[in-house]
Amino acid sequence: MTVIPSKFVIIVLCFFIAILIFVPFTGDKYWIKLVTRMMVLGMFAMSLDFIVGYTGLVSFGHAAFFGLAAYTLHLISPEETAVNLLWALPVCLLVSGTAAAIIGALSVRTRGIYFIMVTLAFAQMLFYFFHDSDIAGGSDGAFIYFKPVIVLGELTLMDLDGQNVLYFFSLVSLMFAYGFLLIILRSPFGRVIQGIKVNEHRMRALGYNTYIYKLVSFIIAGLIGGYAGFLFACIDGFVPPELLGWQESGLALVMVILGGIGTLFGPALGAVALLGVEELFRERHIFGQLSEHWQIMLGAFVIAVVLMLKNGIGGLILKIGDRLKGSVR
Amino acid sequence: MSNPDIITLKDVHTYYGASHVLRGMNLRLAPRSCLSLMGRNGMGKSTTIKTIMGIAKPRHGTVTIKGYNSNRWEPYVVAKAGIAYVPEEREIFPNLTVRENLLVAARLSVEGQDNWCLERILDLFPRLSERLNQWGNNLSGGEQQMLTIGRALMTNPDVLLLDEVTEGLAPIVREEIWSVIEAVKREGIATVIVDKNIGKLMMIADHHLVIVRGEVVFSGDSIELSAQTELLHQHLGV
Repeated sequence: MTVIPSKFVIIVLCFFIAILIFVPFTGDKYWIKLVTRMMVLGMFAMSLDFIVGYTGLVSFGHAAFFGLAAYTLHLISPEETAVNLLWALPVCLLVSGTAAAIIGALSVRTRGIYFIMVTLAFAQMLFYFFHDSDIAGGSDGAFIYFKPVIVLGELTLMDLDGQNVLYFFSLVSLMFAYGFLLIILRSPFGRVIQGIKVNEHRMRALGYNTYIYKLVSFIIAGLIGGYAGFLFACIDGFVPPELLGWQESGLALVMVILGGIGTLFGPALGAVALLGVEELFRERHIFGQLSEHWQIMLGAFVIAVVLMLKNGIGGLILKIGDRLKGSVR
Repeated sequence: MSNPDIITLKDVHTYYGASHVLRGMNLRLAPRSCLSLMGRNGMGKSTTIKTIMGIAKPRHGTVTIKGYNSNRWEPYVVAKAGIAYVPEEREIFPNLTVRENLLVAARLSVEGQDNWCLERILDLFPRLSERLNQWGNNLSGGEQQMLTIGRALMTNPDVLLLDEVTEGLAPIVREEIWSVIEAVKREGIATVIVDKNIGKLMMIADHHLVIVRGEVVFSGDSIELSAQTELLHQHLGV
């Protein structure tokens, strides 16, 4: 596991960012939307990797914060006009952060399989709350008719209704999330949570109240996950209860595993790989009748990656970087 | 609060499940002193240290740290009170570099002093300064032990609990570790040492406890212990 990205990793990431900057200039709305989804889900997966890969907390309810922020945006958005992003985003983060604090306060007391089940249970409670109540469209989901804007006086500085605007805002957000988490991981706090992942008892014997550290990292992950949920709600302007469900949490875990646990940048690439391959397998021109059963092919792809790449795509990139450097860790 | 001892154990009984390990353990550790715990394997030496650290909770009796009852203290509270523990298993963080392994433990002493900074630890263990950017699991056994002791000292402790720290090390590395323990003792850090090297313990420690089945069967200094030939033979195999 490494926190400080090597030169090779930086080059690879810069290459990806260059491609991402180029995409909107193709003018292809389908691709712009697809890559926006990849970036937002990549950010979501990255936030999950922060607790799974660095703190050692395997959460199966991370979608709770993703979906809560999306629903919060719906609930605070008026039907006739757009909400101001400058206060809407902080409110969404506040809700997802508070939920993470409450869920985390109870769940980080448990470990292993119990932690997985408790986080899953909380997320499912929220799922059924929105699914079975009329508070936000019930099982039909809810719409956001006007995407958030940044308005200063009479001047509209940014409108997320514009596809390219949302695209670049998502790209900047993804880069911000990566930088933010990287700074945290390189700080003394980051060293402590990485120590907790390997040996919690030892960290306690060194004088750390590990409960507090695990809770704070859980809240940080919830905040970034909520940020991703806010952006996701802006893509289609539609918020279904499934965003809170276990399938969404499972999808994020698959992205983390595909991308490489404990690589931070890897899960974002895992999201790109998963959504990209899904689109490929759905292509009737290439796969014919088989494209109707794209889930089977996608499952085979995930199994193949897990079996062939020890630590996912991110691990492969790190390994290539090490080989090029001529050093084996 | 009038108790001058840093650590005391009074009639302490500690269990692992149904297994009764410490059976009325008594111990006193004065400031700046060095106490050795001797005994054959499975007699309760490591359990005594774990009981002091709050890792194993006593069912009966009283553990006192700096005058406070610490029976229910969590290990992190014990550590914050100035007690550092070097475990037998070393427990290096493999996902952190040598530098990070040391820095993660860094804290000021209870009195707010920083006697043991990174530079000083590296002066004490020059080998570690050559490995600063290597991962913790890439070190040899001896280097890992040095790192574990260095990590404990980075907490600027008043008491150092050393559990079998020379076990399984090459003789030359053992000598290095023993000289560090002597240096630590000269610094005035109170130490509790568990080790199989009776000769070294007799030279370094001010006081010895021989533990048999969770009870202290001998308590005295090196001269008194060396006079107990029967006890040395029967319980320590000397």
